[in-house]
Amino acid sequence: MSGARPLELRDVERGRKLRERLARAVERAGREITVMHVCGSHEQAMARYGLRQSLPRALRVQMGPGCPVCVTDAPEIDAVITLAEAGHLVLTYGDMLRVPGRAGSLDDARAAGARVEVIYSATQALERARATRDPVIFFATGFETTAVATAAILLQAPPDNLFVYSAHKWVPAAMEVVACSPGSRIEGYLAAGHAATITGYGVFEPFVAAHQRPVVVAGFEPLDILAGLVSLVDLVARGEPRVVNAFPRCVSREGNRRALDALRRVFRAGDGEWRGIACVPGGELQLRDAYAAWDAMRRFEDLLERAPERAERVDARDCRCGAIMTGLAEPTDCAHFGVACRPESPIGACMVSSEGPCRIWLEHRVAPPRPAAHEGDAP
Amino acid sequence: MRDLVTSVFLRGITAPEAMAMDDGAAIPWGDKWLVVTTDAHVVSPVEFPGGDIGRLSVCGVVNDLAMMGATDVLALTSAVIVEEGFDLARLSRLSESARRASDEASAPILAGDTKVMRRGELDGIVLSTSGLAVAERVVRDAGMRVDDAIVVTGTIGDHGLAVLAARERLGLDGALVSDVAPLNGLVRTALAAVGDAIHAMKDPTRGGVVSALSEMATKAGVAVHLSAQAIPMSAPVRAASELLGIDPLWVANEGKALIVVERDAVEPLLRALRDHPLGRDAAAIGHVAAGEPGALLLDTGFGTRRLFERDGEPLPRIC
Repeated sequence: MSGARPLELRDVERGRKLRERLARAVERAGREITVMHVCGSHEQAMARYGLRQSLPRALRVQMGPGCPVCVTDAPEIDAVITLAEAGHLVLTYGDMLRVPGRAGSLDDARAAGARVEVIYSATQALERARATRDPVIFFATGFETTAVATAAILLQAPPDNLFVYSAHKWVPAAMEVVACSPGSRIEGYLAAGHAATITGYGVFEPFVAAHQRPVVVAGFEPLDILAGLVSLVDLVARGEPRVVNAFPRCVSREGNRRALDALRRVFRAGDGEWRGIACVPGGELQLRDAYAAWDAMRRFEDLLERAPERAERVDARDCRCGAIMTGLAEPTDCAHFGVACRPESPIGACMVSSEGPCRIWLEHRVAPPRPAAHEGDAP
Repeated sequence: MRDLVTSVFLRGITAPEAMAMDDGAAIPWGDKWLVVTTDAHVVSPVEFPGGDIGRLSVCGVVNDLAMMGATDVLALTSAVIVEEGFDLARLSRLSESARRASDEASAPILAGDTKVMRRGELDGIVLSTSGLAVAERVVRDAGMRVDDAIVVTGTIGDHGLAVLAARERLGLDGALVSDVAPLNGLVRTALAAVGDAIHAMKDPTRGGVVSALSEMATKAGVAVHLSAQAIPMSAPVRAASELLGIDPLWVANEGKALIVVERDAVEPLLRALRDHPLGRDAAAIGHVAAGEPGALLLDTGFGTRRLFERDGEPLPRIC
């Protein structure tokens, strides 16, 4: 990374001009426009730079299923907790640690004595496994971006004590589900620049053709997001359903061929549950049979099958995370938001990760939390 | 942490000096003040780029005293609790490092105690350090006034990211170096330059700039406005924080002070700070305003956002 580049992309004056262009574009449209971003990093960057507050009123930018931590399903977390509780070493990315399964999180399991360690890259899982003979289980979570890293370690002849529990997800499949969901008013999509760096922007062409909605690929600097929104609003206003690459310094039409090749060699797309959303056809990246020897799901099948199903917390049943991630509700529509559900005691997954919409809204007070029911009552 | 202190340790305590929860307590002493403070240190790893737990323990106490205006340290005491089997050569290095820091700060360690605990009863080493210093005038962390300027004495985020990178072996070594240093000399310079124009000071340790300013603003019943562009940050810290998704505003510093000063005194203060080796990157980063008590507002240049204190360790994000 060059030292000057990030600062150049945060140039305040250029930002002001882009905000003006965006305001004019929305004004020209002469009506309310609703678009969706499909990436937690976009929401986070918008909150971090205070962009949401400075957007034109008639432009609604909704959050899509773009937080990998949030869409990892509770039973997947439960399964990994079962493995940890059985005495196996479990490695996880840090922001998965506090995500509640149906009962408790990996962090809770760790506090109760299970061996759960945080790693920062898939390579560390490989190193950890090479340093021991005991089974090492890597809870592999995230979208296309991190899935490639998982694929890369499996292609390096890993030791036979490394086991991957894949909860990797494929974002384009979830966009289909969102676009087809009844009641969706989304007129255009802002796609994640880093994921598109891998997949290429061509991956969105069939989507655009099928749903007649434009997709703009955007990066994560404030100027990237503003430029992406200007382009998206223009396409929506003109009724022009096509893919625009607003992140050309990283994204090509074909994507990263080596990465895609690694992904395809190691994973196949299967149907899988995205937490709170739906079973997404083709949304789950499962290990191919050739990698069965390293597949934690297969290696520990007996243990996982024997584990009793964990009961869901009562207050988790009316958690709105699913509706929030499909753009049908906002965090403030949830009765738990900021009251019972807080970063230190999350009920839903969206309150855990720094990319979770609820966490972002609460920490940046995008909107005030609802007062608790007892507050304001007459004494 | 503050909740824990209030709900458990401050129960039944009525001494105003303790209730103030400042960096230390001030006791009248002739026409001056004696300031006393204590600090316990645990850190993993115990040696990290730029410092170690020995240096940290001395600087932590010297800086807490300095933040109250007590820059002349009469004495430090040091209690060392060490796990059985702790490497002796390493223990000597830590002790030597603490002594060097005490020399730098002219803060003599005059009393100490050592305890050994059985293996497994302790993770390596714990240091507990107390200090006693003299102040001509006590500076409180609650002294912010509307229209005051906020000055930070240098780049932020260095310590926390250096320790995180070393602990988690992130392979970012070399570029990230802790800023741990005794600040009493720098604070003496500041007080000599602008004296009473300094209304409040605090060192942004755990919880970083956000935590320190929130606490100060809450105590003073004012709001604070910061300008993101003005906040000094080294290129490696900026890069590592982007990579890890950890905002340096929440990251611990061990060699920086936040100085709240009358607006007219900002320029002379900055000149004095920048003449000192520990204050070369000093900058005015914001101001105090009337508003919701404790509110922290950051002007990013693209919009304004509120900053809130966070509990727990910052966790790097997935992608």
